[in-house]
Amino acid sequence: MGKYIVKRVLAAVITLWVLITAVFFLVRLMPGEPFTNPKLTPEIQANLEEYYGFNKPLIVQYGQYIGNLLRGDFGYSMKYTNKTVNYIIGQTFPFSADLGIRALVTAISFGLILGIISARNRGKGIDIFCVFIAIIGTSMPDFIVGATLQYFFGMKWGLLPVAQYKGFAYTILPTCSLAFYTLASVSRIMRSSMLEVVQQDYIKTARSKGLSEMRITARHQIRNAIMPVITMMGPTVAATLTGTFVIESIYAIPGMGKYYVESVTNNDYALVLGMTVFYGMFLVLCNLIVDILYGLVDPRVRVGGK
Amino acid sequence: MEEQKITKDMFQVKGRSITEMETISRPSLSFWSDAWRRLRKNKAAFLGLCIIVVYALLAIFAPMFSHYTMSEMDPKSMNALPSLQHWFGADATGRDQWVRVWMGARVSLTIGLCAATINMCIGAVLGGLCGYYGGKLDMIVMRIVDVLYGIPSLIITILVMVVLGTGVTTLIVAMCIVGWISSCRFVRGEVYRLKGQDFVLAAKVLGVSDFVIIMRHIIPNIMGLLVTNLCLAIPNAIFQEAFLSYIGLGISPPNCSWGVLAKEGIKMLRVAPHEVLIPAFFICTTMLALTMLGDGLRDAVDPRLRGTE
Amino acid sequence: MEEKEVLLEIKDLSFSFKTYAGSVKAVRDVSFDVRKGEVLGIVGESGCGKSVTCQCILRLNPEPPGYFEGGEILYQGQDILKMKNKEIRKIRGREIGFVFQDPMTSLNPTMRIGAQIEEVFLGRTDVSKKEVKEKALEIMRLVGISDVEKRYRQYPHELSGGMKQRVMIAIALVSQPSLIICDEPTTSLDVTIEAQILELLLELREKFGTSIIMITHDLGVIAKLCDRVIVMYGGKIVERGTVKEIFYDTAHPYTNGLMNSIASLDIDKDTVLKPIEGTPPDLFSPPAGCPFAARCQYAMEICYQRMPESYQLSKEHETNCWLRHEYAPKVDLRMKRGEES
Repeated sequence: MGKYIVKRVLAAVITLWVLITAVFFLVRLMPGEPFTNPKLTPEIQANLEEYYGFNKPLIVQYGQYIGNLLRGDFGYSMKYTNKTVNYIIGQTFPFSADLGIRALVTAISFGLILGIISARNRGKGIDIFCVFIAIIGTSMPDFIVGATLQYFFGMKWGLLPVAQYKGFAYTILPTCSLAFYTLASVSRIMRSSMLEVVQQDYIKTARSKGLSEMRITARHQIRNAIMPVITMMGPTVAATLTGTFVIESIYAIPGMGKYYVESVTNNDYALVLGMTVFYGMFLVLCNLIVDILYGLVDPRVRVGGK
Repeated sequence: MEEQKITKDMFQVKGRSITEMETISRPSLSFWSDAWRRLRKNKAAFLGLCIIVVYALLAIFAPMFSHYTMSEMDPKSMNALPSLQHWFGADATGRDQWVRVWMGARVSLTIGLCAATINMCIGAVLGGLCGYYGGKLDMIVMRIVDVLYGIPSLIITILVMVVLGTGVTTLIVAMCIVGWISSCRFVRGEVYRLKGQDFVLAAKVLGVSDFVIIMRHIIPNIMGLLVTNLCLAIPNAIFQEAFLSYIGLGISPPNCSWGVLAKEGIKMLRVAPHEVLIPAFFICTTMLALTMLGDGLRDAVDPRLRGTE
Repeated sequence: MEEKEVLLEIKDLSFSFKTYAGSVKAVRDVSFDVRKGEVLGIVGESGCGKSVTCQCILRLNPEPPGYFEGGEILYQGQDILKMKNKEIRKIRGREIGFVFQDPMTSLNPTMRIGAQIEEVFLGRTDVSKKEVKEKALEIMRLVGISDVEKRYRQYPHELSGGMKQRVMIAIALVSQPSLIICDEPTTSLDVTIEAQILELLLELREKFGTSIIMITHDLGVIAKLCDRVIVMYGGKIVERGTVKEIFYDTAHPYTNGLMNSIASLDIDKDTVLKPIEGTPPDLFSPPAGCPFAARCQYAMEICYQRMPESYQLSKEHETNCWLRHEYAPKVDLRMKRGEES
């Protein structure tokens, strides 16, 4: 297990390095200067470039950037003067994280439950209902879910607040909007995985031992069926996180996603870079956790490596 | 059953009747005609196929036969509800939604199809070579794939879009920069598995060249899965396009796609909900149709999966 | 052989599966019994219904799509088919153990070996946790697993195929059932391991007096292990009898065909092995007459039309074949090579 974890961590570090490098150079390729405001005189522009180090060779800038990152410094924003990227992340990330975690927990728990119920009652009414929900869920982009829920629950029926993020009632609609897609795909995968596992020989062995159906489902079926769900956790976390971009803007939540999209349109290099790297680190970390989790659940992975 | 009298002449030895047995076996069908037969039987998949065909035809012909154009504004019918004049109503600046929806369909469907196909081709060729020949190439490509796989593709796509600027072509390019990875992994795995199978070994022992093995044994065997995956990758690409357009990085006005329409519609949610609900309906049904078709295809080309989904 | 007490009796059992293409009649009117302490062999080629029959005993066939069309399975006088799920569960594992064909896939990959063996005692109040562990370790030692304490904590993928099959046998044996059903336990193992496993089964029978149903398509296994044999074909029993009667006094052309198609060391190299030509019948619509008729060199007009009656040849020996009818031509199916040795 120790060796397995070291291997995964090493892979994660390399991935992260590639990500940072790629992002750094891509960001330098972006069109438009950050200081193209016509009011700025060439001297001021030059000063600003001097200040941010843009006149130095790219490789030096790169070295500096990596150095700063290692010290935990994500850099500056060029539009929101005086604010560091760290500060902006610190201000906005809690909102995104809160929303993201709520959505993930909702999606995974309900997704698993729906998948299990659906597989246990295969072909019956409840199964058809769950499959229907899953199909609808996987065919709706989250901004559509967001807009639709906002329109019906918030505006038409006035049941729940439509914007901001100031208490539990405010979190319901954004959480549901963000969770729906993931919930649907988790339940789909869980259902088919459950149905596949039930045909395995070891389920028959378990039955031949005189175990109750409950015990077979709980101990033998779910444990093995959950594997594919865990495998897709990495991409799922990524999807949920990027989903916050849209949901935050629809529900006017002051989270990171909103800033991210704004900084892209503002050509705010430093902020884009900082936030992307932050996102990247976060996701790579999530993937790492998922990998380790996978090793814990499936003993075969630990020894066999990949 | 009426008891028949047993007579002596019934005890004449007739011997085997192998020929009679062989007629029992069902008529043999080729792989594709069998898959097609199974697909047609699958109502959901067939419905999906029909929806896609109808949408594609409408996207091609509907704008031609309408007397409105995509960008013509009619101040009198701002935010108009669907009516005989404007079948799907009109948007905030009075542009006819019927035409815009189908113009949007052109863009969305084109992007979906192109991005998915290109990704699949790159992935299939690279994955196929890696899986079949293995060795150094395989090692290098797989290391790259492993590293890239850990990076959320949407982030890279967003950055590339920012660098290249908005537009249909750049969108497709941006989606293809990291999009081929999953198909590459999958094709490599599949080819690697097939390579080890006895019929390929048998062909090798008989001295068949690599080229012929690939053409006659490997490709026909992965073709079904490729088509299925392609079908399931298209909705993904449409999804991404809608997302990017939504955050302002995909297609920029005056061009439009379903994502753009939905984005513009959401601004008018309070006043004219139909402006978002109509494009939303088309995005969802297209996804639905493609997913159903993809699932159906997967079952059709792989009977072992029958009944598991 | 002295008369032994009957442990399990199966009467006119019919079992079918519903599929897209119609019903598959997997088991048709099968009757037999298992006595205390004996080893009963069931032979037949793949798809002849032998596994399905035995899985019926513990109701292990998925229902649906499977369903019973009739019959009774009496275990110590009680009809298993009429039991509630709860009652059947008490029989599974405790009274009747089952060893499956493929040890590679029959163990749960995410559970430790020890836990999988101990599970048999789950829900039983009469044994403590400590006793359960002791029993598990003891049975592991008994089935010849080395380094028991270590294996107890290992996962299936860390064991070899032979070891896994030993674990399967340990699971079937741990609560000392009165019957073990072995569904081709050695098919996926290599020959040396096979011999060890068979040896082990015999030893265990001596030790516990357990009855064994041995499903196999290998007549060698039958000869080595069994007291009585049932030959199945196309979902039906075609011949039954003691091992001696089956081998030396073969009464059904199918059994004869099976004998002729095996190779063994003691036959001379000029002897030509004769495979049975053709393929088993389509069980979607089984022929009205004898299922083997189409492949039988002695097939007669009547064989195609009517199901053969059963003919009692001795106390144990019985065959379902029209060749035994008074009108039929006399055919001697007895093995020639058997008599020489």
